Amino acid sequence: MKRAAKSASSASAPNPKPRAQLQPAEPPHLEKALTGIDGFDEITLGGLPRGRATLVCGSAGCGKTLFATEFLVNGARKFSEPGVLMAFEETSDELVVNAASLKFDLDQLVRNKMLVIDNVQIDPHEIAETGEYDLEGLFIRLRHAIETIGARRVVLDTIETLFSGFANEGLLRSEIRRLFQFMKSFGVTAIVTGERGEKSLTRFGLEEYVADCVILLDHRITDQVSTRRLRVVKYRGSTHGSNEYPFLIDEEGFSVLPITSAGLSHKASKEVIGTGVPDLDAMLGAGGFYRGSSVLLSGTAGTGKTSFSSALAQATCARGERVLFFTFEESPDQIMRNMNSIGIDLRPHLESGMLKIMAQRPFLHGLEMHLVAIHKEIERFNPSVVILDPVSNFIASGNARDVNAMLIRLIDFLKMRSITAFMTFLTETGGSLEATDVRISSIIDVWLLVRDIELSGERNRGLYVLKARGMRHSNQIREFILDATGIKLIEVYLGPAGMLTGSARVAQEAAERDAEVRRKDESGLKLAQLERKRVAMEARIAELRADFEADETEIRQHLAMDAEQEKRIRADRSAMSRSRKSNGAASTRSGE
Amino acid sequence: MKKKSSSRKKPPRRPAGAKRSAADKKAPAQPPARGEFWAMRLYVAGQSARSTAAIANLRRICDDHIPGRYEILIIDLLRNPEMAKDDQIVAIPTLVKKMPVPVRRIIGDLSATERVVVSLELRDN
Repeated sequence: MKRAAKSASSASAPNPKPRAQLQPAEPPHLEKALTGIDGFDEITLGGLPRGRATLVCGSAGCGKTLFATEFLVNGARKFSEPGVLMAFEETSDELVVNAASLKFDLDQLVRNKMLVIDNVQIDPHEIAETGEYDLEGLFIRLRHAIETIGARRVVLDTIETLFSGFANEGLLRSEIRRLFQFMKSFGVTAIVTGERGEKSLTRFGLEEYVADCVILLDHRITDQVSTRRLRVVKYRGSTHGSNEYPFLIDEEGFSVLPITSAGLSHKASKEVIGTGVPDLDAMLGAGGFYRGSSVLLSGTAGTGKTSFSSALAQATCARGERVLFFTFEESPDQIMRNMNSIGIDLRPHLESGMLKIMAQRPFLHGLEMHLVAIHKEIERFNPSVVILDPVSNFIASGNARDVNAMLIRLIDFLKMRSITAFMTFLTETGGSLEATDVRISSIIDVWLLVRDIELSGERNRGLYVLKARGMRHSNQIREFILDATGIKLIEVYLGPAGMLTGSARVAQEAAERDAEVRRKDESGLKLAQLERKRVAMEARIAELRADFEADETEIRQHLAMDAEQEKRIRADRSAMSRSRKSNGAASTRSGE
Repeated sequence: MKKKSSSRKKPPRRPAGAKRSAADKKAPAQPPARGEFWAMRLYVAGQSARSTAAIANLRRICDDHIPGRYEILIIDLLRNPEMAKDDQIVAIPTLVKKMPVPVRRIIGDLSATERVVVSLELRDN
């Protein structure tokens, strides 16, 4: 396509091309002129038919003039193709001011001789018709404008105004037909805008004259929500997307989104990214989510969905990756305040530009517009994680089927880019927890469920992993607590009555502590008893020993006394024998 | 509008419509009734039958009603295409009455004499 555009522009000449080109025998392929409008060139596989006129029609305020203006501005800026804008409704000044609000500096282009604006004013009150005439003046002006800058592109906005200025409709029609031929002969690529008629595409049947390409812009309001859509009604000699494509007009102009489901050709990453909650990482088995996977966190109101989202955002930003956080319930400031209360501070990431929070009410746009806006924002910000909190709110702006289709397209889009999607879903209280109203559960990779666990007059939060593709995830229900230091998953307590949570768990834990204390006390007591026994025993031992020692002393005294007595007796005896002078002394001595 | 223009059959008197033909100020026979003066521009494209018819018709009407009190500037847009923008010319031929005010615009070959007279307010009442 680009080759075609290039070759055509190089072959461009201000001179009219030979007529023969208008009805070529068998053109190899239709040359196209890129519009430079986001998405449009993709739908039409290369833009508008080169050297021909395209009708852009639609009701008032649907963006016809903008489409045409952007075609010219892009032509001048990106493709070096000067353009002519013949404005029948707005004055040149008005056009410049209007375009300036979209960052198009028309004055600059005019000064650079890339653009000529000719404002054709027709005031039916001033004109009296007195005989035959034709619209040669218009032709002369157009030719003059084209030749002045060698224009390759022409916009007539809105040529239908002529019908209010001139009474002779038959003449007008033949002149308009001639004008189209005239433009073709110049080989300019033209856009003619027309107001939507009640039964026909345009009020005055301009589509009769434009055989090659007709684009319809629509501005539809369903349930008080407007969605802009574009459709290529006809494109002779070319295939084109035939769907209605939503488009967006924002400060950067026109963008069309070729929203076709991307198919299932994305690559699956094996890289794992942390969830921001270490306990959850452990629960998932792989240590987090796979990059590029889509995660759904569903739960009833107040179960901590936004808290998990914020934890993921913080962890991702801390790793130095970008996070785009779409919130459909709270303002950025509110989220930051609330998350501060659980120790998650998002402000530094917001200030460093790693985190972007987009807050908008779901019913602000139609679904398609949301999708376009989300796409655009993702393209611009290039995040590695996108958080949508919560997607269930989209039901406010569409029915479940449409929401389903939209989310599938969004998930496909994110997968193609290996962007991890984290979506929360608010389940209705009383409804089945494992059903999402929009039935997206089958297309997501990881489904976490947070739920209230009601037990003995309390609600506590429980988390479990319903599914996690490609991971050996935990099958446990874990209670989690939000406190000033973040999200904590608590080890499950399995009592006789099953899993215990909240104060029941606390009570159970207290009871266990008591029992333990008691056990400790008892063993202490026994030790003390033993000690006492030992003391008693030792006392008795001491007593026995004292007795023994007393006895021993006594006995020894006795023995000593006995020995003394014997000595004395012997002494007495020897003294006696000496006194008797007997031999007994000698015999006694020898006997000793 | 659907009137047949009889003047069309007249041979073109001026070969070069491009020339800014000067004012015809001949025949000051009748005194200016209100002292008014008509300044007009006639935009044509080349020497088409319609253009030449318009020129002839205009002269005839002016000579009949306001002899000597008018000035016609004939502008050939084929030669001076940039001038089409100034007076917002779309149809050819277009006659723009600049003076006396208000400015009026008459399109067509001016063959419907009565409408021209009324539109230009040539008739004194």
